This record gives sequence, structure tokens and C-alpha cells, in this order.
Amino acid sequence: MSAGIGAVSMHGNRFRHNFLTALLLAPATAWLVVFLVLPFIAIAVFSVGERAPEGGYQAAFTLAQYANLPARATAFWNTMLLAPVGALACLLVAYPVAYYLALRAPQRWRLILLALVVIPFWTSLLMRTYAWMYILGGRGIPALLAFIGIEDVRLINTPGAVLLGIVYGYLPLMILPIYVSLERLDRRLLEASADLGATPLSTFLGVTLKLSLPGVMTGFSLVMILLLGEYLIPTLLGGGKVFFIGNALVDLFLQSRNWPFGSAIAITLVAVSVVVLIAANRISTRVSGARRVDLI
Amino acid sequence: MSKSYRDGLPISPENFVDQLMRLKRGSIGRRDFLGLTGLGIATAVMAREIGIMPTPAFAAESLGDRMSIATWPNYHDPQTFENFKKDTGVAVEVNVFGSNEEMLAKLQAGASGWSLFVPTNYTISTYKKLGIIEPLDMAKLPNFDGTQEDPRFTSEGTIDKVIYAVPKNWGTTGFAVNTKKLSKPMTSWKEFWDTAMAEGDGRTMVHDYQLTTIGNALKYFGYSFNSLKQDELAKAEELLLKVKPHLFAVSSDYQPGMRAGDAWMTMCWTNDGAQLHRDIPEIAYVLGKEGGEIWTDFYAIPKDAPNKPAGYALLNYLMNPQVAVKEHLANGAPSTDARVNKLLPKEVLDNPILYPAADLLTPLEFGAAATLTDPGRAELMARFKSA
Repeated sequence: MSAGIGAVSMHGNRFRHNFLTALLLAPATAWLVVFLVLPFIAIAVFSVGERAPEGGYQAAFTLAQYANLPARATAFWNTMLLAPVGALACLLVAYPVAYYLALRAPQRWRLILLALVVIPFWTSLLMRTYAWMYILGGRGIPALLAFIGIEDVRLINTPGAVLLGIVYGYLPLMILPIYVSLERLDRRLLEASADLGATPLSTFLGVTLKLSLPGVMTGFSLVMILLLGEYLIPTLLGGGKVFFIGNALVDLFLQSRNWPFGSAIAITLVAVSVVVLIAANRISTRVSGARRVDLI
Repeated sequence: MSKSYRDGLPISPENFVDQLMRLKRGSIGRRDFLGLTGLGIATAVMAREIGIMPTPAFAAESLGDRMSIATWPNYHDPQTFENFKKDTGVAVEVNVFGSNEEMLAKLQAGASGWSLFVPTNYTISTYKKLGIIEPLDMAKLPNFDGTQEDPRFTSEGTIDKVIYAVPKNWGTTGFAVNTKKLSKPMTSWKEFWDTAMAEGDGRTMVHDYQLTTIGNALKYFGYSFNSLKQDELAKAEELLLKVKPHLFAVSSDYQPGMRAGDAWMTMCWTNDGAQLHRDIPEIAYVLGKEGGEIWTDFYAIPKDAPNKPAGYALLNYLMNPQVAVKEHLANGAPSTDARVNKLLPKEVLDNPILYPAADLLTPLEFGAAATLTDPGRAELMARFKSA
């Protein structure tokens, strides 16, 4: 009798437990289904359709959109070049900053400096990129240069301006993960390395850099993934001349209204991003001695 | 009460990344931004500060307190919307676009949120065909007087004797030149494109708009502005791809670049040409002697407009000649309405930028409806931009 009651209540407990788990997971699951899975399915369906005569989508089953991908080969190529180059440029600027913040900055300044890195990013990326438009535009730096006799310098709408905008825009995404990994660095390892006769350079390469690699890989992948879809900075600082796959997507949906082709490109871009993500994870697992890095 | 030092830290790295991703996902286009930050916010603030003061004329039907209009860059007197708000209590949010394709794309996707928009003549038949607009209820537009409109510019708003759109103003598409930087006089599209690859290298802008950019490249060879012929478009593409590396920008918002002195020459609409020349006299406006585009912009109300009463009220307000004349003085494009022309000062009516000589007007063509939806021209534009 008592055993029976126990079994029932245990069963009830398990039921309650499962129910509670489901209840707690429901909002997140619903969110993902509504805002990620369903749109993704819609895009997948669109991508095998056809452009309606006046633009938009017309039901069909064809792989023609995927066959047409080479028509945006230049944009893909530009993106494949921009993403790693932009991420690398970001890394080169970010690493010394993160290093200083984590290992050299006086303790009482550290939080303030860290806040200074982050505070500008409370402002929208759009606003900050606009500010660069005016700094690089004719009334900004070129006007100052004209003042000292250097006339007609053009900075805006050049690939250099785009790269500058990208490094500026994504810098904290690179600094913060590297900072976190450097901050955790055990200082005794540096002393040990020096005691064992290593030069500062080989200590840096063999200990500091190696141990901060997970942070580097996290920052690098984050920036790179975001750059794969970047379109705002090239539009504003590149004058619409520097054309990435993100720009191709915007145009396909907002100008030529070729939704199926745009969807096919979007699916391809997602696939490429996933491949990049997996590759980055693999590499970082290998270099950091089987320590897994969670990117997302 | 002691606080943890962490309280001073404004944002954690994790939070920050979340925040940035959110901004990135929600990032908006430049023209949305112009609309939202410019007049949109100004009028929204005004709405809260001043409160609602409906006039008897609008009291019959509730107009709500806000509406949204889609229009072109630098196209209205901001005071117009503020006055409208004072009269009706309706704050107007202004969305600015660079091409008719962009407007169509938003409307096709549904729920644009606009209660009034400004399509160009050649797009109206497509909007009607797609069921995006419906006939205007002329009883709600007593300020409009069709008999005063110049029929040369207004026919495309009326389809099968039904009025779908009423004209705002007409204009031309030429190019603006900073004559201090490019002193050689120019009179043709051929010179425009050739100069872009020579003295104007790195300083020339073309529209981010297939109709005018492809159309004016077609004029280099003397073809029709509206051509859909394969071989002619191929020649235009060849020219565009050759010019591309020499351009300063592909953008329909060219006033900032011209004003800052970064750009020396740009494809240009009448209204922008007039504004630029008014403020910077060395910027001249040129019509290509081979021809090019003549256009009329209309007002229309989307079928799914969220606030039709306010859309009609604003449209009627804009059709008042006393209001319209201020619009024309601000935006610089010539009016189609004889009542407005009577109110315009003589120097405006004599301005050759607004009213070019007959021999320059004759070869101009109105855009053709087919160019709006033609996939060939859209793809050509995409190849040009991605090259």
C-alpha cells in the first residue's frame, strides 16, 4: 500500500519535473521556432521558387536560383576576402590593447579603461559610421589637410575607409574575448618561463600568446561571422562601390525584388558561415590543446 | 551601504556582445535613418510637446496622432509637416528613398506603414496592376483642381479615367557639375561619362537607381533612355563597367558629397540641382543634349495605409496652393499646378534649371513602366554595382 503511494508520488514528481522543464524551455523554444526556424524554412522554400513578373516570389520547384549563384561571384569573393582580412586587421589592433588592459594597466584604471572601450558602443553602429563619414569626408580631415596646403585629398569611399570603419566597428568584439583570456593568465607561468631562461619574446610566443589563443579564436570567429553579412559600412564608407554579399542581398530584396535568388544567396551564406564556424572551432580546439571554445 | 566595484562597470562583455548583435540585426538603412532621425523624431517630439489641436475642418473624422510618408531626399519643406501637425495634431514621420524600386519593394512586402507616398509617373500603372493603390476619393481632396494641372505632366496618374494619383511636381534628370573643379563646359551625357574617366576621376557620382544610371549610359550611344534591347543594354553595360573604377560613389543621396566638395560631378534631379546651385553658385546643372529623363512625381495612398484619414488630410493640405508654393520654394522642382505658378516669384519661373529651353526639353523621355519590373535591367544594375 505504502509502496504503491510512493510509486505514484514519484511518478507525479517526475511528471512535475518534466512539466516544469518544458515550461521553462517553452519561451526560448517558441522564440527560436517563430523567429529562426520558421523564417529559415520560408527562405528555403523561396529559394527554390521563381521571381514573379513584377518581382517578389512565385511558387515553383527549381534549382535555377542556385545555378545562378555565379552571377554574384564577385560579391562572394569580395566578402571572402574582406571577412578574414577585416578580422585580422581587427586582431592586430585589438591584441595590444587587450594585452595592456589585462597585464599592464594599473588595477584601479583597468575597469575605467575597459569601460572606455565599451562605452562608445552604446551608440548605434549606424551613428558611429555616420560620424566617420563626416570625419573622412571633405569637411573633415581633408579640410584640415587643405589648411596646411595639401589639397584635394580623398579619404571617403575608398577600400581603406571601409577597412577603417570595420576595424573601428568591431574592435570591442575582438578586445573583450582576448582580454578575458589574458586576464585569466596565471602570472606564475610567466615567471617560470623567465626563470627557465626564456627571452621575453619566447615567453610571449610560448606562454602568453598560446594561452590567449582561445580568446583570439573567439574574437576572430565572431568578427568574421559578422563581417560575412556586413553591408552597412561598405555602403556608407565605400560609397556603394565596394560591394559585398550583404549588399547583394539588400539589393535583391529592396531593389530588383528577386526574392528567390536573394533567398538562395542567403541560404548559401548561412551554409558558408556554419562551415567557417566549424572550422574555427576545430582549429581553436587543436591549437589550445583540446580545450573547447564555445562560440555561440 | 557599500557597493561592489562591479557596479561601476557599465556592461559585461557578454551583455555587450548581445547588445551589439541586437543593434546589428536591427540596423537600418541610411534612408530610413535620415527619415527617423530627421523629421521623424522632430515631429514626434513636437507632437508630444504641443498636444493635439484639431481644427474644425478635420474634426469630423479622427486623424489619429501620427502618420508616415515615403518620399525622396531633400524633397519637402520641413516646416510643411510642422504646420500640418500644428493644424491637425498629426505628427508626420518621413521615410526617404533613393529609387522607385525600393518603394515598390517595401509595398510589395506588405505593411509598409505609409499613409502617403510619392511614386514617379511610370510606376503608377504597376502599382495599380498589383493592387497596391486604389482610386483616390476625390471628395476628400477639395484642394485639388484638375483643370489647373498641366496635362503634359499629369496623365499617368489617371488610368481609365480614374484618378489613382495626383501630381506633386515635375522635373528632369541631368547632372550637376562643380565648375570650379571641372571648368570645361559640358553639354552632353557623352561628356559626362568621358569626364568621369578623365578629369572627374574619383569625383563622379551616379544614382543607385537602374532607370537613370542605365538610361543615361544608353544616351552615351544615343539609344532610348528606356531601351530594353539586349544589344543596346550590352553597350551601356560595357560603358558602366569601364566607368565603375573611376566613380566616387553609386548613391542617390548626392547632395552631401557635392556640398562637402568630395564629389565634383553627379547625376542629378532638377530639385537637387536647384538647391545646390542656390547654395553653392559654382555648381551648375546641365541637361544632356542627347536627351534623358523628364518625370513627374505623384502622391498616392497605399491600399493598406494604416491611417488613411491622415493620409488624405495631409494630401489635401499639400494640394493647397499656399502650402504647395512653399514646398516648391524649398525643394526647387517646378509645379504642375497653374495656381501655384501664379504665386511663385518671377526669378523662380525664369530659372533655367527648373524650366529648361524647349530644345533641351524636346528630346527628354518619360520613364517607361516596363523598366521598373524588367529583370534584365535589374541584373545589369547588380552586375555594375558588384563589379
